[in-house]
Amino acid sequence: VLHTTRPLHTTLQRLAPLPPLPEKGGEVRYGLIPEEFFQFLYPKTGVTGPYMLGTGLLLYFLSKEIYVINHETVAAACILSVIIYGVKKYGSDVAAFADKLNEEKIAKALAVKNEAIKDLEAAIEQEKKEQWRAEGHTYLFDAKRNNIVMLLETNYRERLLTVYNEVKKRLDYQVAMQNLKRQKEQDHMIQWVEKNVVQSITPQQQKESIAKCILDLKALSKSAQAAV
Amino acid sequence: GPLSERRLMDVRLGELPAWLATCDLSPQGLLGGVQKAWRSYYDKYINVRRGGPAGISMLLAGYCLLSYGWNYQHISKISFLVSA
Repeated sequence: VLHTTRPLHTTLQRLAPLPPLPEKGGEVRYGLIPEEFFQFLYPKTGVTGPYMLGTGLLLYFLSKEIYVINHETVAAACILSVIIYGVKKYGSDVAAFADKLNEEKIAKALAVKNEAIKDLEAAIEQEKKEQWRAEGHTYLFDAKRNNIVMLLETNYRERLLTVYNEVKKRLDYQVAMQNLKRQKEQDHMIQWVEKNVVQSITPQQQKESIAKCILDLKALSKSAQAAV
Repeated sequence: GPLSERRLMDVRLGELPAWLATCDLSPQGLLGGVQKAWRSYYDKYINVRRGGPAGISMLLAGYCLLSYGWNYQHISKISFLVSA
């Protein structure tokens, strides 16, 4: 809510848009007397009233010498005739020239206005395009979000693999230790048993066993010879 | 409408003194009246798209009449009439 001391721009401004100029000026008869005068006298005196009034006034001024005829009258008559001849002959040409000037001015202003309207419309088009582009940002952000999620997943799985490998290495070490230990124990025991057995064989037993072997061999050789 | 707000052309002949009494006769008032009169004449006869000779010809005719009126004393003297 805007706090102001007076209302802002509630109505159209007083001078905008300007009303267009009237096409023709007020009606004037003989270039000197406005039509309103003739209309003013029409109800009472009809059409010829003002002319009668004019003639009567003129004769009155002349006869009473309120208007004195002197050299200036002749000069005025000559000047007036020249002016009227000039206006009648070249009036329309001058009017056309002035109208052309006006047309050019108006055309220039109109061109400026159309140019401004075209520029503003192009700016509106650009703005709409930018808004459409801004809508596409949601897709961009979705793709980026997917990328990030995938990175996180990959990272998580890599670390999981690392953990698995490390744990496996430690467990393998323990298993190898146990195997080694058992192996060593076995070897040691076998050696000890052999050593003791070899030690326990006394020379007497050795002789007896050798004699037995010889007897066995003889027996075998006999049976083998028999077989052959 | 009330007398003070009517324009000169709408005032009847008998009410003319009363109307004159209501109008503003200070210098600013007179100046404003002159400006209004010129504005209405200008907008009616000169400030149009396709005007004619009527706009300035009426001004020139008024000037001729006014100058004749001011110089009447001098023009009507016999010495002026004889010398020309």
